[in-house]
Amino acid sequence: MIHIDLTDQPIDVAAALQSVEADGAGAINTFIGTVRNRSTGRTVVRLEYEAYDSMALHQLRKVAEQAAEKWPMVQKITVVHRKGTLYIGDVAVVVAVSTPHRAESFAACQYIIDTLKQVVTIWKKEFYEDGDVWVAAHP
Amino acid sequence: MNLKIALFGIAKEIVGQPELTVTAPEGQPVHQLLEQLRTDYPALRQLSSLAVAVNNEYAEDAQPLQERDEIALIPPVSGG
Repeated sequence: MIHIDLTDQPIDVAAALQSVEADGAGAINTFIGTVRNRSTGRTVVRLEYEAYDSMALHQLRKVAEQAAEKWPMVQKITVVHRKGTLYIGDVAVVVAVSTPHRAESFAACQYIIDTLKQVVTIWKKEFYEDGDVWVAAHP
Repeated sequence: MNLKIALFGIAKEIVGQPELTVTAPEGQPVHQLLEQLRTDYPALRQLSSLAVAVNNEYAEDAQPLQERDEIALIPPVSGG
């Protein structure tokens, strides 16, 4: 019911959506995080994602399990996160949730992506035309 | 005891290597390890946050460390 993946290959979004299909689902909600061309006023050239793999996978699963506990009607959850070098428009993360009705799928999907950003051991470095920064590292 | 500490992201850059071995008294709590590392690498003090993970879980400040633990230094995460 919960599928978690961390990959250095392009994410197959269609496959991620298909993986949460369920006969009991009347709603599939998806969040797709993509690489934006600007950040804090600077032009982004590329991103590099680094992960502490074993902990990231463990924490991703915990976040998905928490969502399934908070919204017991959840049918299936898939979370796939990319690592390595990404360019503008590339898909960095996909969260897909299926539920009988739409309200729970929106709520669970948002909970998962919001919590992922707070706890999952993945780090993003932004490369600009004139430098680079580890995102969120400094106040 | 010797503790092996895995480093990631900006912490790896600050220390200049992906893994660090430090000598610590048996059962040293997490907060003392953090203080030692911040003393050795003052740039770690500039970070928005710095956590220690033990066996793939975030550790509490008072948690005692063991040589067999898988330990990692966790600078502010920025996935998604």
